[in-house]
Order: sequence, then C-alpha cells, then structure tokens
Amino acid sequence: MKRHLTWEFLMVRYPAFFPLILLVLALAINLFLQPNMFDRETLNSNMRVFLPLILLAVGQAIVLLGGGIDISVGGVVSIINTILATRVGLDGSPEKMWQFVMISLLVGALAGAINGFFIAYLRLQPIITTYATSFLYAGLALFILPNPGGGIPAEIANLYRTSTPLGLPLAFYVTAILLLVWSYVSSTRYGKYLFAVGGKATAAYETAVPVTRVQFSIYIISGFMAALAGIALTMLSGSGNAEIGGQMTLNSITAVVIGGNAFSGGIGGVAGPVMGAMTLSLIQNIISFAHINTWWETLAKAMIIVLALAVPGIINLIRRRRA
Amino acid sequence: MKRFSIPPPVAALILAIVLFLLSGFLPNSYGSDVKVALSQATNILRLSVFLGVIAAGQTLVIISGFEGIDLSAGSIVTLTAILTYVMVKGENNMVLLAIFVSLVVGAFIGLLNGAGITFLKISPFVMTLGMSGVVTGAIIILNHGNVSGKVAPIMTRLIARPISPRIPIPGAIVIWLIFGVLMWLLLERTTFGKNLFAIGVNRVTAKLSGVNVTGMNLATYSLAGLLAGFGGFLLVGNTGVVLIQLGQPFLFPSIAAVAVGGTLLSGGKGSYWGSMAGAIVLTLITSLLTTMQMPDSVRRMVLGGTLLILISIYGRQQALRQ
Repeated sequence: MKRHLTWEFLMVRYPAFFPLILLVLALAINLFLQPNMFDRETLNSNMRVFLPLILLAVGQAIVLLGGGIDISVGGVVSIINTILATRVGLDGSPEKMWQFVMISLLVGALAGAINGFFIAYLRLQPIITTYATSFLYAGLALFILPNPGGGIPAEIANLYRTSTPLGLPLAFYVTAILLLVWSYVSSTRYGKYLFAVGGKATAAYETAVPVTRVQFSIYIISGFMAALAGIALTMLSGSGNAEIGGQMTLNSITAVVIGGNAFSGGIGGVAGPVMGAMTLSLIQNIISFAHINTWWETLAKAMIIVLALAVPGIINLIRRRRA
Repeated sequence: MKRFSIPPPVAALILAIVLFLLSGFLPNSYGSDVKVALSQATNILRLSVFLGVIAAGQTLVIISGFEGIDLSAGSIVTLTAILTYVMVKGENNMVLLAIFVSLVVGAFIGLLNGAGITFLKISPFVMTLGMSGVVTGAIIILNHGNVSGKVAPIMTRLIARPISPRIPIPGAIVIWLIFGVLMWLLLERTTFGKNLFAIGVNRVTAKLSGVNVTGMNLATYSLAGLLAGFGGFLLVGNTGVVLIQLGQPFLFPSIAAVAVGGTLLSGGKGSYWGSMAGAIVLTLITSLLTTMQMPDSVRRMVLGGTLLILISIYGRQQALRQ
C-alpha cells in the first residue's frame, strides 16, 4: 500500500492534488495579507468576483478534456452582458430579467453550437475556428451596445451581490452544484466518452464512441457556461460594456491548466480548474494587497502564474534526475 | 480523391487578387484609376510585411507540431520595437546594434519558451501565454509610462520609403521578398528544415531516425522569438512611434495567416509562402473593411465570417473514418 502515496501516484490519479496545494498556499498568503478574509462580508465580496471566471473555467475544462479549445468564450460573455444591459434596462422588472436570463442561456448554447458545428461536423481546427467566431461574437456584442451603458435593476444585481444563504456566499452554492453535477456526469457513459474523445479521437471512433456528437456537445456546454458567466458578471457589474468579456478567455484557459488538466485533452476534471480559477483570482488579490508598485504588478502576476505552471515540471525533472 | 489541385498559397494569393479587383467596385475605392489602384496595392503589400514577418516564427513553431504555437510573439514585437526606439535615438550608427539587440532579446525569450516546453513539459499555448504576460510586465516597467527615443532616418528610408524615386516600391517589400527566400531556403534546403517537418509529423519516429528532438524544439522556439524580434525592429521602422500595445494586435492574425496559408495547425505540413499569402489576404480584408468605413462592430463580424469561410476551404482535418 505504500506505493499509493508516491508523488507520481497522486499526480496521475488525482490531477487536482497539485492545484489544491496551490490553492491552500494562495489562501494562506491572502489570509496573511487580509486577516478578515473569512468574514462573511469579505468572503462574499471575493467569491462573487471569482464566480464568472470559475464558470468559464468549468466550461473551458470540459472543452479541453474533450480535446478542443474555445477562445470565443469571452465574446459570448460580452454578448450576454450587452443583451441583458440593453433589453432589461436599469428600470426593468424582475420578470423581464428572468425572461432574458433564459434567453441568454439559449444564446450561449447557440453560440456554442455554431462553434461545435464548424469543429465537429466540418472538422475545422478548434483554435482558429473559435478565434474566428470570437470576432463574430465580439462584433455582435459591440453591435448590440456600441458604447458602454445600460444595465440591470439594482435590486436584481443586489440579489447576486448580497445574498448569503446560511451565511455562505451564493457563489459557493453555485460552485458546489457544478461540482456535484460533474461528479455525476463523469461517472455516466457521456463522461467516459468525453475522456475517450479527448484522449485519442481516432481510437474512440474505432471503439464506437460517437466522437462527432461528443465534440459538438462540448462546445454547447462551453457556450452555456459562458452564458452563465456572462449573467453572473452582469449581475456583479450591474451595467453593460461590450468589451467586458475580452480579457476573460485566456484567463479561463490558464485557470484550467493551473487546475491540472492536460492541455491536449483526456486528463483532468472540473474540481482542479475550479481551484485554478480561484487561485488565479487570489493571485490578483494578493498582488493588490501586497502594495506592490503599480508598475511591477503585471510582471509579478505573470511570474507567479509561470511559476505555478512550472513547478510540477520542475518537481518531475528533479525526481527523474534522482532516479 | 483530390478535389483541390491548386496549392493553398497560390489559392490564397489568387483570392487576394480577386478581392482586390472586386474592391474597385466599392463606393470610395480606386474605381477605374489604374495609378491609384497600383499605389493602393503597394500600400496593402507594405502593411502585410509586418504581419508576414511576425507570422514567420509562428509558421516554424506550428510546423514543429506538438500543439506548437507562440503566443508571446506579440509582446516580443512590442519589446524589441521599444528597445530599438530607445536605443537608436535617431542616430543611424546605432541601427546595427539595435537590430542585434532585438534579435538576441527575441531569441532569448524564445529560448525560455522552448526550455519550459521541452524540459518542464508545459504545453506551448500556456507557456508562451505566460511568457507573453512576463514580457508585457517587463515592458511596463521598462516603459514607465513614457519612453523617449526616435527612429533613425536610415530605418525610415529603408523600410517605409520607396527604394528609389522612380520605382515606387517601399523597401519593406524588398526586405520581405529576400526574407521569404531565406525562409524558403531554411525550410526546404537545410537539415534544420527537414528535421522540423520530421518532428512535426511524428516526434517518436523522428527521434528514432536520429533527430535531436530536444535540440530542435529549443532551436525552433528560439528562432521564432528571434524572428518576432526582427518583426518588432521592422515595425517600429514603419510606424516611427511606439505604443505599449504595438505588437499585440498582430498576434492572433499571425496564427490566422499561417492557417489561411494552408499550414496544418497540427504540424508537419506547410510553407512560408502560404503564410506570406495569408498575411496579404488578412491585411487586405482588414484594410478593405476600414476603407468601407463600416462601424467597428460590423467590421469585426465580417472579419470573423471571412476567416471562417477561408479556413473552411483549407483548414479541414481528416475524417475520422479512413
């Protein structure tokens, strides 16, 4: 049984093990810099900011697991933000808001379906296809709302910002539900297919896995998650801006990889990426709390991220030297 | 079954020419004035040079396979452009040193990318993305809000101005042609090129056939960084000013140019001619959309749509059933 505790075993069997260490480390440093971090208010104000990236990272994780990549998610976030900000408006009724939340989810899934159609059925390369559609989506968002403005009613935004059922932030419950759903999905046939397609699509095809349909589905999931992220981000900011999602795409990919998923697909899960997204957001917090000179912020953040990416490799390198 | 017998680079070039001719019918275009048409065509070619040179490094890393991609190219371009700008300070005799520093700095960043990818097994996408952040951070510190410098007259003379008053071809285009021939020689007539395609097709077989895969990987990423560094030098020679976001807008278009030119994004197959043609097509579409004075939103959507159509023609991967 001693074998079971080796570093390799932990790394291979539990891809989320290393991200967990990173997360605990980031939490500890953050707690040191911000002693009241676990107060209800502070916890909530952190989690509600983290949630959009967590949602995006979950969608991106599914896509990467299935052997693809989606760099149009930022564009989808922007579309949803502009739809809600222009169609609901600052004085809209709650009914109208929920109606457009439903429409947003459909729009997100549709945007994902467009990606999926080109990639799964026309067999285009994921990275360049979603790059092209990211222009389509970002352009559409800008078309809906050329100048920042509009918004959603304050009481609805506050529902997201301040509700803390049983003392825990709303974002906490959303994340928990996602993890529960994933733990169910990963044990279903679809979950097995997902890993098979991401591992080696041709081999999966030969063993009668519906590769095309699985590939199609991962982009719909990603689009849907991006729509959820867009809704969360809109409720957080309360206003509309067509460029709001642009920066989030690459962050979501970094979060997934920090979360221990293999970039080439087939290895990983969703818990790791969720932790990766939280770690990434905590790094941002740490940088701002550590009172680093503004000029050095970007470099410090990038160095920490590169280090976080490099550490598993460095450990493996040292271990191999010794062996 | 071979449906397309025209090689992708030629097809992309034909597409560019057809698009350009069609653009004559647009309301505020050159119309029937051949002279204006020619000067417009040269101008578009001149603008393509910078995307083309930046796409050269991208072509190499993409051909090398293993999900090869260089997302740090944009920030390297910005960095070396700023370095050139600051070092030259308007003096001709500093230009050679500036080129040298640009190439070395670019190659060094590329080497770091290669080391992370080869030894630490970080996927190229994430490694170069992280490096892009580090370089951008370094630029911000270096820049500190404002830089003082000046482009040397000789750079403007060689890059932006026509080679002689009688031949209205900007120097940049001539540089690009020579550059293209050198890239072709590198890819098709050297051991490096042969090995590059070999590791792009299959790393294991390449290794078993005696290719030093580790060395090739390091060399490829260093070379890609070096070429991006050269791109930064050229770009600042043309613009004459530096911005903190100078190179970033070239990043994803450089990948798109490679894809449009028929190079497989999965590696092992492609050419620099293709990337050159791709750079021309992309620059042409962008400048046509600008000429048509469409709102930014429509411009982005048309660009995305066109790109989708272009890659639908050539970017299709093999069917699962074979």
